[in-house]
Amino acid sequence: MKHLLAAGSLVLASAAFADTDPSDWDSVLKAANGETVYWNAWGGSTTTNDFIAWVGDRVKEDHGVTLEHVKLTDTADAVGRVVAEQAAGKDEGGAVDMIWINGANFNAMKEADLLFGPFAESLPNWQYVDVAGKTVTTDFTVPTDGYESPWAMAQVVFIYDSETLPEPPKSADALQEWIAANPGRFTFPQPPDFLGSTFLKQMLIELAPDATALQAPAGDNYAEVTAPLWAWLETATPNLWRSGKAYPQTGPRQLQLINDGEVDLAISFSPGEATAAIANEQLPESARTYVLDGGTLGNASFVAIPYNANAKAGAMVVANFLLSPEAQLRAQTPDILGYGTVLDMAALPAADADAFANLDLGIATLPPAELGKALPEPHPSWMTQIQADWTERYGVAQ
Amino acid sequence: MLRNKTNNGGGWGLIPLITIAVLLGPIAAGLLGTLLPAFGGMRLTGESGFSLTPWAMFLSEPGIEMSIWLSVKTGVISTAIALLGCILLIAGWHGTRVFKALERVLSPLLAMPHAAAALGLAFMIAPSGWASRLLSPWATGWERPPDLLIVQDPQGIALIAGLIAKELPFLLLMSLAALPQIGVRGRMQVAQSLGYGKTRAWLLLVLPALYGQIRLPVYAVLAYAMSNVDVAMVLGPTTPPTLSVFILQWMTDPDLALRAPAAAAALTQLALVAATILIWFSGERAFAWLRNRSVNKGARAAGTRDSVSRLFGLSLASFAAITIIGGLISQAIWSFAGRWRFPEALPSSFGLRSWSRHGWEALDVTLVTLGLAIAATLIALVLVLGCLEAEVRRGQNLGRGGMIILYLPLILPQIAFLPGLQILLLQFGAAQGFTPVLISHVIFVLPYVFLALAGPFRAWDARIGTIAATMGSSADGVLWRLRLPMLLAPILTAVAIGMAVSIGQFLPTLMTSGGRVATLTTEALALSSGGDRRAIGVWTLVLTANAWWPFAAALIIPRLVFRNRKGLLHG
Repeated sequence: MKHLLAAGSLVLASAAFADTDPSDWDSVLKAANGETVYWNAWGGSTTTNDFIAWVGDRVKEDHGVTLEHVKLTDTADAVGRVVAEQAAGKDEGGAVDMIWINGANFNAMKEADLLFGPFAESLPNWQYVDVAGKTVTTDFTVPTDGYESPWAMAQVVFIYDSETLPEPPKSADALQEWIAANPGRFTFPQPPDFLGSTFLKQMLIELAPDATALQAPAGDNYAEVTAPLWAWLETATPNLWRSGKAYPQTGPRQLQLINDGEVDLAISFSPGEATAAIANEQLPESARTYVLDGGTLGNASFVAIPYNANAKAGAMVVANFLLSPEAQLRAQTPDILGYGTVLDMAALPAADADAFANLDLGIATLPPAELGKALPEPHPSWMTQIQADWTERYGVAQ
Repeated sequence: MLRNKTNNGGGWGLIPLITIAVLLGPIAAGLLGTLLPAFGGMRLTGESGFSLTPWAMFLSEPGIEMSIWLSVKTGVISTAIALLGCILLIAGWHGTRVFKALERVLSPLLAMPHAAAALGLAFMIAPSGWASRLLSPWATGWERPPDLLIVQDPQGIALIAGLIAKELPFLLLMSLAALPQIGVRGRMQVAQSLGYGKTRAWLLLVLPALYGQIRLPVYAVLAYAMSNVDVAMVLGPTTPPTLSVFILQWMTDPDLALRAPAAAAALTQLALVAATILIWFSGERAFAWLRNRSVNKGARAAGTRDSVSRLFGLSLASFAAITIIGGLISQAIWSFAGRWRFPEALPSSFGLRSWSRHGWEALDVTLVTLGLAIAATLIALVLVLGCLEAEVRRGQNLGRGGMIILYLPLILPQIAFLPGLQILLLQFGAAQGFTPVLISHVIFVLPYVFLALAGPFRAWDARIGTIAATMGSSADGVLWRLRLPMLLAPILTAVAIGMAVSIGQFLPTLMTSGGRVATLTTEALALSSGGDRRAIGVWTLVLTANAWWPFAAALIIPRLVFRNRKGLLHG
């Protein structure tokens, strides 16, 4: 009897899964038609918002999927929503269908079994993804296991105004010297903002006695490994913009600061952001980008589907469309988004590969060769602890 | 008389009860949803039982004592200065031409959503803001913006300034509405004939009566100033932020464990507001005692500091007007700006690019925002008119308790019960999207609609109804064919106020919609973190325009409808 019940519930379960089984793509397409996908993505950047709106138009046209961009001030808002729904026992029909997600949030959701999947590697367009050459199957050293699908490659660059700053500092030490000589002209988004934390990690990788330690979870070695970072900050912070008593809240806020002439340098996780911002008159025409001599952090942006999403099929259709050469090419077009592609040029049909090759990356975007070495992200445990420590040391200004 | 008809109108008695349920139900539920997690209830791990861990987590957060202090400090200082400015302005300038002009300038600011005003102020006073651009480099010598911590300063001065600029007009207009009810002229004549100077007479005789009338609005301002999120997100410090912003951050953090300390913090916020209002209340008593002593002493000297205090009131009101209106103008310029670098006073080029990028989306969101505002206001209007008509039919006015219930949604910090409401709404399952947002808006719209409408409704000349009754008109007939049509102008004003309140709501929309309902206010604040002044300019202009046009309509429509009945325009 028990077995019968178990078998019965198994049948029910697989019936429910049938139209969201990514390996049966036709039924996914059928189920997706007419669905509305609520994509929770950070909404503070107008270029990204425009791109997402375009994706919405395209999936509506091709697959009858309506895409609604839920604009977040912080990705954590969407994660919090799913968590709250789980706490309330709302295991289906959730408010969030898809999240643009990053390392720490992904790790938290994956560990709490809050994600739907694995689905990513069954998407039809996965065949084009550059699995070997790009960090698309790990997210901050955590294996993605198909629970999130990549859609853009990012690498840290620094934006500067070549008119006021012809020779920007290219290492942690040089930056320290430059800050001391130019007090008030540099800042970074306030951790725990993603980009601000990235800046701390970028400095840590260069300053740590042994950067390979960062690939394993932080343990007893935490104090020793991070000591040089805190020493660096101790010296630099009083000479930051506003003497380190206030920080921009997000990355794009820094662009306004450069344009206003308040600061001379800004960290960015998107090599094409400066070119796009020049086109939008948000940065002066003399803005350029550069990378540090020792290389800069690189990672992929992913989308994930919550376990209780209302429109899983629709969300997979959107995720698959994001991996299409059409969407990837548009995302990489500098005056549109300027995000790096996750696709493998060799795997693409010749016509698509040519289109990528012929793309003019724009005046302020470094060509792939000059982007230099992409450094792997540290294990998320480092970021979590560094954020907490930073807040304790510098988050309370006196 | 009319009252005798009340007995067969038993159904009217239900409306006040429904209204109370609409107001108190969600608040009580929200408070419960906050209270339980703060003491170990509703834990995700499935464990249960009393626990103080949330409090320990809350209190061990770095900088939390500064956050608490900031909330109290910014709230009390801004309320005190706004109230002082309001009092000095009325005492020193009421009845003058300057006052009329200021009143005309400040009234529209009242309808402007807090978020739009805060963003406008930031546009003005930042080191690279418009004020600095207008003065640079010719007056300041700045080729680059100075490294001055003005917006988001750790002391919260910018936040205080923003709150004053928004609350001074509110208190001023509440006072102006109250003045006719207290017989200023008579009081002044008595005092002056006894030899008191003008200002002194005003302070000793008019102010106490006036303050009695605006006490609840002052408490509402105090509570809002201490616990707001929308102004604090834009102008408030971040190292650390105010307590309410902390709570919002925790409530939306992926780390679920932070919900519990957030609930504890929300209760703390509630206790802080309650305690501060109590202290404020004792302060009122102390002032009353001082005044009585001064009256008993009988000193009559006309205040020597008259001109100083007059100047203070005027400068404060001018500051509010200049910064907010200047902010709005600079938002308008940014929305059409091409390249605009510091220290240029104006953009080097203009264009429609920002409008073509954001305009259509803003239009979509406008429709949602207006849909919400109209629906919430109509619900509130029906309930309020029902309550007021029930007063007439039952011959019983809303008592002191009723007034307190009305003010409860305005005095209770939103951040104290909305997170709990979100958790509870989820428990009920279906609650997502438009309906819960609508309900949450009604909670905040209804009190304002009531306050706007109660005076004119009660002041309606009941003799007209009596005459109609003797001519055979039923009570319903009097209501529909006489009272409501004659009250068209105040009803439209109340609708405009209700809509402005709904359009300006941030936290209720964010907390109850699951992010599925975007309004002009939530979009404008989401953009504020990105700092794109052009986009913010477009959105705040659309936001402000939508808060304003209902007022324009409320002025114009009665003129059209009553074009042949001029006497009704003032009815």
